Amino acid sequence: MSEQTPKLESGSDMNVAPTTFAGKLTERFNSAGAISAVVTTIIAFFMAGIVVLATGHNPLSTYRAIFDGTGLAWLIPGYGDRSAGAENLQQTLLVATPLMLTGLALAFAFRCGMFNIGGQGQYLAGQTVAVLVGSSWAGMAGPMHIVLAVLLAGLAGALWAGIAGFLKATTGAHEVISTIMLNWIAIWVADYFFGLNGPFQGPVQFNPISSDIVSNTHLYVFWGNPLLQGLDIGFFIAIAMLVVYWLILNRTTLGFEVRAVGYNPEAARYGGINVRRSYFMAMAVSGMFAGLAGAVDILGWQFHLATPDIHASSIGFLGIAVALLGRNTAIGVFFASILFGALTIGTSTRQLDPSVFDPALASNLTLIIQGLVVLFVGADLVVLGLWYKLRRSLAPSRKAPA
Amino acid sequence: MTDSTPVLELRGITKRFPSIVANDSIDFDLAKGEVHALLGENGAGKSTLMNVLYGLYGADEGEILLNGAPVKFSSPKDAITRGIGMVHQHFMLIPVMTVAENIVLADEPRKGGIFLDHAAANARVRELAAKFRFDIDPDTRVERLTVGQQQRVEILKALYRRADVLILDEPTAVLTPQEALDLFRILSELKADGMSIIFISHKLHEVLEIADRVSVLRRGKLVETIPVAGATEESLAQAMVGRAVLLQVEKTPHSPGAPLVQVDDLYVRDDRGIEKVKGVSFEVRAGEIVGIAGVDNNGQTQLIDALTGLRSPESGSIVIDGEAYDNPTPKVMTDVAGVGHIPEDRQHRGLVLDFSIAENLALHDYRHEPQSTRGWLYPGRLVASARRLITEFDIRGGGPSTAAGALSGGNQQKVILAREISRDPKVLIAAQPTRGLDVGAIEFVHRRLMSERDEGRAILLVSLELEEILSLSDRILVMFEGQIVGEYTPAATPEELGLAMAGASSHEAVA
Repeated sequence: MSEQTPKLESGSDMNVAPTTFAGKLTERFNSAGAISAVVTTIIAFFMAGIVVLATGHNPLSTYRAIFDGTGLAWLIPGYGDRSAGAENLQQTLLVATPLMLTGLALAFAFRCGMFNIGGQGQYLAGQTVAVLVGSSWAGMAGPMHIVLAVLLAGLAGALWAGIAGFLKATTGAHEVISTIMLNWIAIWVADYFFGLNGPFQGPVQFNPISSDIVSNTHLYVFWGNPLLQGLDIGFFIAIAMLVVYWLILNRTTLGFEVRAVGYNPEAARYGGINVRRSYFMAMAVSGMFAGLAGAVDILGWQFHLATPDIHASSIGFLGIAVALLGRNTAIGVFFASILFGALTIGTSTRQLDPSVFDPALASNLTLIIQGLVVLFVGADLVVLGLWYKLRRSLAPSRKAPA
Repeated sequence: MTDSTPVLELRGITKRFPSIVANDSIDFDLAKGEVHALLGENGAGKSTLMNVLYGLYGADEGEILLNGAPVKFSSPKDAITRGIGMVHQHFMLIPVMTVAENIVLADEPRKGGIFLDHAAANARVRELAAKFRFDIDPDTRVERLTVGQQQRVEILKALYRRADVLILDEPTAVLTPQEALDLFRILSELKADGMSIIFISHKLHEVLEIADRVSVLRRGKLVETIPVAGATEESLAQAMVGRAVLLQVEKTPHSPGAPLVQVDDLYVRDDRGIEKVKGVSFEVRAGEIVGIAGVDNNGQTQLIDALTGLRSPESGSIVIDGEAYDNPTPKVMTDVAGVGHIPEDRQHRGLVLDFSIAENLALHDYRHEPQSTRGWLYPGRLVASARRLITEFDIRGGGPSTAAGALSGGNQQKVILAREISRDPKVLIAAQPTRGLDVGAIEFVHRRLMSERDEGRAILLVSLELEEILSLSDRILVMFEGQIVGEYTPAATPEELGLAMAGASSHEAVA
């Protein structure tokens, strides 16, 4: 008999909770899988339906109208107006593309136990560099020019997030604080660059807008009319990045390190992993995804950067919701970004029949549903947390005899 | 023990969880004034059975009889009102409240119907404490008590609620040897007063010491219920594990080779900047186990951290196999110096619980060929080498892709052993290698450490368990307040070591 710390009886020696919020998040997501994400979405729609009902409209016909507006119906053979459906679906996927990338950005940082709130700033860094590169060197060959713009935009995002990673690694500065500050720095630098009398303001004196990128840097529109914002190959860049995300996490030593640090930094350090380097690298990769989102928007359909849009954009923040709903997995981020893209397009006033739903409230409905999804993802964490605790207390079922 | 109706009887209790039967038709009875021990390995179903009795779980089958009459408990509250008290491993006390307040909580004596009658509460607690010689002041706040005193508060709480059946769940796990003796004295007095006690444990000598009868559980089934008189540690261990267990490792004569670890005048500070290792020097030779004995928090943790690169020493030198390592990283110590490390905190440091067994086994080697090449990882190779190690080290409870967190403590420790030993380290540092493990797993770990010693590795064993130090070590160093205060041979008695551990005999070191 001698001194001992508390005995580990069945259940109590199951798990030591990760220390960071993001770490806990990942752990809980892993324990629940896709079902809870689907349930979360359904509940959010149900609650939003009650809101619609409260305004005196029929939720079912409203949702039907939204669904028709998204163009997703085009995927069902022989359903509805084919050409309108195709156009709407192009818009949905166009909006989903950058969300997919900023969703990946958030998800990658989450997997390393970090909360990258700076997706917006990194996206803007990507946009800024894409505009600057795209509007310079008019004589360069198109494909080369595009590759250069995309790469440099990704690099810009990586550097911008890398600053927060570097600060965390060297001084321990919390990434939430530093990325929020970097967001504001990015916004006001871009505002200065392209604003009135700014160094990179476009040719029109009273327009606080950048120059247009040269036309041979426009991404090829493979579906729909290029003049009506058809779907460009930026969509495939985003799809490719889903694969890249999965490969980095599961098929590289960097991904192994990032996941180990995300789950348990102390065990990672014990294993010989350089935890600080992992923080920096994870933020850089995260920022790269967000920077690429900026590039595909500029090169795909925006073609220039207007300062009012800089302030209005919330792509980076929506990425948080996409990553949360997508459970930090590549496939989850894909579906979540399509959902948010579809909501944005389906409720845009140009799609909705005013007789079905009040246009003023239509676009707000997107925000309501988005807000509800984020809220329920939050509530979901509480529920998952409770479920997790319950499962731990019933732990004998998971244990094999010693 | 009497022959009359048992105070408590469990008949055919069955409790199923998804995929496992935690209790399989268990019969158990408790006579008045009896200490009945419930013995079993981790996961044998002891806690489940008691949780059924205490109303935390409903049984799928079977019945509970109290003084011969069937009862049904749907919550602990039911059990408490019927006179069953339970002292859990983790105390359920409110630290900022006083002893008296904690004890009377939920059943307070009141003044004028609403106000807590402090005087009455204190008086009643004082009376109870005096009766059983519980050296405890009702006015002290619980946060100022030692763990042993807190446990007595829990017992008082049960007495205050007029329990006549007391369940103690692994009560000595958190106690020092002295506190455990005090507890046994208290239990004897309670017993003499007519209390019936269920004593849950997996420590054999305690059961022999305190219990009248013992019931042994194994994998959810009752193996036997026997009087303690006539039982031996060996017979109980065999019933518990289901096979003969070597409680003492066979130690071959050791033939130490070259010194592989040479530590000279090492100083190490902790996170708060307090000097915890103060001028430690020692060496460990190939083929020997050097045990470091000591009470917790006398600098052992910081010493290990410095030796494994997890913490930079303040000054002094660390030489591994002739090479000096100043300020190394953990990576250098594992990959270059060849130091294997079984960490004391298995779950917080030794494993990434959400990682699979294969990933945990590759926690150092993922960065080397053949597991990865130029940054590309080959999960298939991780799985293949995991399969080999799972077989070699008899890791049970899952395959390569099972999460480490789903394994029992013993199997988690096997994963760590497999990882550290399979890398063929020159030096193996084992910190508390059997903490929280049951008899079967302890035997496995001890045998393995011994055979690694015979392979010619230098092993530094740091443990708070004196028995473990004495049975495994070839030489024993005692650490007290950051210094090595004595060196002993394994022939030393626990009393000698105990004195040195308390700092008493720092000048009587035996070579």
